[in-house]
Amino acid sequence: MKVLKFDRKGMGKWLARLGEKGNVYVPASSKEGKTAIGWRKLESAEMPPVSPGVPARPVKNFLLPQPEVLFRFSTRPGKEDSFIPREPEPGQVDNIIFGVRPCDARSIMLNAMPYENDPYYQARMEHNIIIGLTCGEPCSTCFCSWTGGSPMGTDGCDLSVTELEGAFMARAITRRGEKLLEEAAGIAVEADHDAVEGLEKMSATAVAGAGSGTAPERALRERDLMELYNAPFWQDLAERCINCGACTFLCPTCYCFDIQDETLHGKGRRIRYQDSCMFPLFTLHASGHNPRGQKVQRVRNRFMHKLKYFPDRFGPLSCVGCGRCVRDCPVNIDIREVMGKLLAL
Amino acid sequence: MSYISKTKNPYRPYPARLDQIKVETEDGNLKTFRIVLEDEREREAWNHNAGQFAMLSLAGKGEIPIGIASSPTEKGHLLFTVNRAGVVTTALHNMREGDRIGVRGPLGNGFPVDTDLKGKNIVIIAGGFAFTTLRATLIYMLENRDNYGKITVIYGARTPGMLLYRDELRAWQARDDVEMHVTIDREAPGWDGLVGFVPTIAGEVAPSPENAAALICGPPIMIKFTMPPLEKVGWTDEQVYLSLENRMKCGIGICGHCSVGPVYVCNDGPVFTRSQVRKLPVEY
Repeated sequence: MKVLKFDRKGMGKWLARLGEKGNVYVPASSKEGKTAIGWRKLESAEMPPVSPGVPARPVKNFLLPQPEVLFRFSTRPGKEDSFIPREPEPGQVDNIIFGVRPCDARSIMLNAMPYENDPYYQARMEHNIIIGLTCGEPCSTCFCSWTGGSPMGTDGCDLSVTELEGAFMARAITRRGEKLLEEAAGIAVEADHDAVEGLEKMSATAVAGAGSGTAPERALRERDLMELYNAPFWQDLAERCINCGACTFLCPTCYCFDIQDETLHGKGRRIRYQDSCMFPLFTLHASGHNPRGQKVQRVRNRFMHKLKYFPDRFGPLSCVGCGRCVRDCPVNIDIREVMGKLLAL
Repeated sequence: MSYISKTKNPYRPYPARLDQIKVETEDGNLKTFRIVLEDEREREAWNHNAGQFAMLSLAGKGEIPIGIASSPTEKGHLLFTVNRAGVVTTALHNMREGDRIGVRGPLGNGFPVDTDLKGKNIVIIAGGFAFTTLRATLIYMLENRDNYGKITVIYGARTPGMLLYRDELRAWQARDDVEMHVTIDREAPGWDGLVGFVPTIAGEVAPSPENAAALICGPPIMIKFTMPPLEKVGWTDEQVYLSLENRMKCGIGICGHCSVGPVYVCNDGPVFTRSQVRKLPVEY
């Protein structure tokens, strides 16, 4: 395993050098210690301020962009190619995303399971290179270890960066990550034995941290589906929910989408964009019938999908413990509580 | 060249032409569209199972999941019988013969006509315009008649003019290798056939469950009341096949719209046995 050691200034220089290979994005914090809103393009040789926890917006916005153009077409009738959809032109530049927390990085891998045969998502995976940033201090809303992740986790990362005694240690995880480290020649030095050992120690203790080993996905997979579905607490939980959908748009593992056509002046495009099962329109039939017309059905569907349906089909929970939904829910619904109630049934 | 492979893109509709449009019912709300794929290779490579569906794609309007009404044995074209209900179906009803359309599919599983249903006595029960994929199934079975035992069809609509495929119904009634029970809800002038709701007729016909399977498509209320008379003569949930419908977007088990608990109607269905459906939340 190749590990390079950067000082703060060197990190900024390296990121600027990577800017020649693609668009470098970093968490957009206004200042050190303040939660980043989203991601901004790095324009100069600087090490961005790093804040604990995750940016408000999840990394999925790079992989499920708002919107993804599926096709373009002409809507002028009578022409040879009228209404024939054409796949979008190439010209996609690589994104190099720095500062992705292990929970967010892991979400890319989890979402790739249902999107296995989706060429658009697969292309986005190819064009988004992830430089992870491990977590030194957890937030009060974090619970990655409960969901099978770790503050030192590298799933979904091409490179993993850890802050260690004022320096930044960068580990290559994939071949793509190794290539990026080659750009650090003259900026970073090979990490010494002690530093590498320190890193390994951190990873080992982090895995054994709070909540790890509880494997709720295993316990929930073994439970009868309809028993969880018919649990008595859903009604109470749903009464609080205002169906705003914030949780689904902020959640890195909420991956549902809608497809719509847009036309203007003889040109059209078919686009897909993030959708939310919190909205009644999500399931409304043309006849007027709505299979999840009641709020309680929609609230239950979101949690059941994350904690039961997805694990039953793919294995892990469809939750990475980033805590965004806990942090930003206007009525304080907490997925940790829901998980606890399901496990206690 | 796009970065998305044309041949491996499950979202890409095949360009096709509306070859023939036929008004099916007296209220004009149901039309059957005969569709021919434009590309000869795509036309010849097309292969579906009875009971599968496809996305009809109107560039600029959107897509709708519609059951394929033509049998796999009818080569060269596809049939879709469409009720005018929403934005896309209304736009489709306003199109003319010769217009271009897109077809994406075939999607879903279809009825197990070549596996579980082989060698069995078949009972087809349909109500209203849910007869479409069962038409495909019936024609497939009649084309492969030796693979099945006795075939019984119970089909009902509100009025004689609301029955689909009326010419074909007459032709099947004239055959001696299929038992037809076509019914309408209330007496109507000029109608000398059966009168009564589908569940009532199913009770009177009382098909034997011996080595048999029932394929039931219709409004939920019809399915609900059809089950008790069948259960009375010994039918079990494992023998009954249903086809579910839900709002759909991707059709390939990703977008989440059609999910019923853990299953996706588009990919895991639309055909399920009644025993499978009973293990699911009622979200269809």
